[in-house]
Amino acid sequence: MTLKLTGVAKTFPGNIRALAPVDLDIKEGEIVSLLGPSGCGKTTLLRIIAGLETPDAGGVIRFGGDDVTALSVIQRKVGMVFQSYALFPNMSVRRNIGYGLKMQKLPKAEIDARVDEVIALCRLEPYADRPINALSGGQRQRVALARAFAPRPRILLLDEPLSALDAALRGQLRDELAVLLRSFGITAIFVTHDQTEAMAIADRVAVMSHGNIAQIGTPEALYRAPASPFVARFVGDAMPLAGRISGGALHLDGGALPLEGADGSTAYVRAEDVKLDDNGPLTGRIEAVTFLGTHYRIVLSGITPDPLALLHVGTSAPTVGETVRIGITPGAILTFSPETEDA
Amino acid sequence: MLKSPAKILQLAVTLIACAFLLVPTLQSVLAGVTVNYFQGVKSGLTLKWIWEVWDLYAASIFLSIWLAFCCLICTLIIGVPAAYGLARNPGRMSRVLEEFISLPLAIPGLALALALLQVYGSVQGFRAHWSFILVGHVLYTLPFMVRAVLSVMAAIDLKTLEEGAASLGAPAWRRFIDIAVPNALPGVLAGSLTVVTLSIGEFNLTWMLHTPFLKTLPVGLADSYASMRLEIASAYTLVFFIMIVPLLMAMQWASARAQRILK
Repeated sequence: MTLKLTGVAKTFPGNIRALAPVDLDIKEGEIVSLLGPSGCGKTTLLRIIAGLETPDAGGVIRFGGDDVTALSVIQRKVGMVFQSYALFPNMSVRRNIGYGLKMQKLPKAEIDARVDEVIALCRLEPYADRPINALSGGQRQRVALARAFAPRPRILLLDEPLSALDAALRGQLRDELAVLLRSFGITAIFVTHDQTEAMAIADRVAVMSHGNIAQIGTPEALYRAPASPFVARFVGDAMPLAGRISGGALHLDGGALPLEGADGSTAYVRAEDVKLDDNGPLTGRIEAVTFLGTHYRIVLSGITPDPLALLHVGTSAPTVGETVRIGITPGAILTFSPETEDA
Repeated sequence: MLKSPAKILQLAVTLIACAFLLVPTLQSVLAGVTVNYFQGVKSGLTLKWIWEVWDLYAASIFLSIWLAFCCLICTLIIGVPAAYGLARNPGRMSRVLEEFISLPLAIPGLALALALLQVYGSVQGFRAHWSFILVGHVLYTLPFMVRAVLSVMAAIDLKTLEEGAASLGAPAWRRFIDIAVPNALPGVLAGSLTVVTLSIGEFNLTWMLHTPFLKTLPVGLADSYASMRLEIASAYTLVFFIMIVPLLMAMQWASARAQRILK
């Protein structure tokens, strides 16, 4: 099922604008992530798609060819996975998963067959007849997914599906969720504030900020060609190279770099593109060195007003207080013209 | 265990306090099965007085049970949906409404009864009917039902559970039956036992509302103390105990269960 949003906005009582008019096109079977900091409107947008909130007048939501704007959540046939899972504690795993099918008034044999099918798909067989309270966080998450998916929804919506889990489990379940969602082959939208999660699971990521979609694209496109400093900062933690661009060079406190760009542009770089380089054009002082196993994270001062970080792969690292020469991978600097709207 | 004088003192105080409460109770129970209280136990033990109570006051016992049962049905029908409504719409209006429902807790039963008498006292068929007492009992016990159910509903994040059910296609009435009530069951149970116990034991209000032909258990008890032999009144107390103690124990058990849910 495709999804098309046209001019969907949301103003809460007290004239609080949670969502500016948003347009969004999602293809059949596509998995899209809404990524942004808290308060950016991502959950509001998801709840509007679900039918749990009504958009301001003028907004239109289409599932395939159907205009579903006026339909309530009960009639909209979406599958929803809540942040807290919202599983029914008074029912077993099996009855939770079968509840949506029961609401469709299907014959019991058909419900049982479908529930078995989904239980097998989500590898929940050993837990099928357990009460919800007897499940771990990861198992609950799978039950929530199975319950949302069982009634064959038109679109699957997931609100921070991994945030209720502890950090160690989250990484493992992230990959599991990505595989499950692909196996479902269903159009899915999921909300997250975690860029790793968004990039690992989604075909396309919509980065949101202050009620707007700042940019939508594949994870690679967002990472390599962010449309605004906000996207650069949020996806991949780009750091500002605060200096003056003029005459084909970027003048920083710690030296100058050749850079083509309009005067008044802003420049950003990511830590993995900053290098220790004896012939580099910049000079900085080592402020901190952290050994992280695969690499060192080194924090430098004297190059930009804010500390600049670099990732150093090697068997040894310079010591704190040393003055070092620094280079930047050619072509890795992201420049934004002064007109670029920043959130 | 009994090492220090402080510990011994503690134990002594506890035992004296227990005795202070238990001795009159036991004496009353004993009086109810003694042939002649003024001669003491040596006059012999008998169940005669209990049978006498049964002969004189069986109607009161049945009326009390019937009233408690009807009161429970009424508070369930009014109280559970009311708690559901309050839990679903948390806001200032709900708080005001909740306080309003709880008013009978603050107003003395006598005042409540007077108000009922002033308004409905002249309605002939109603004044002398058992349903008149029922109205008083429902007014008095409803807040206990609403609060017990509401506290459990507030603790289970009903809003999200309902959104979950709605997204699966469940209309409002199904969500009430499938989700809200079953998950609030410990609260409903605790509320029910409180209502039944309070209704059976209620005296203030019932004393004002009763007629000579409509005496409940506690009103009958007051009557027997005032007009019967002490042995009969004591036997009456015994009957009352036998009825109310299992209810109290069940109530403890149910509220302990509700507490576990709230954690």
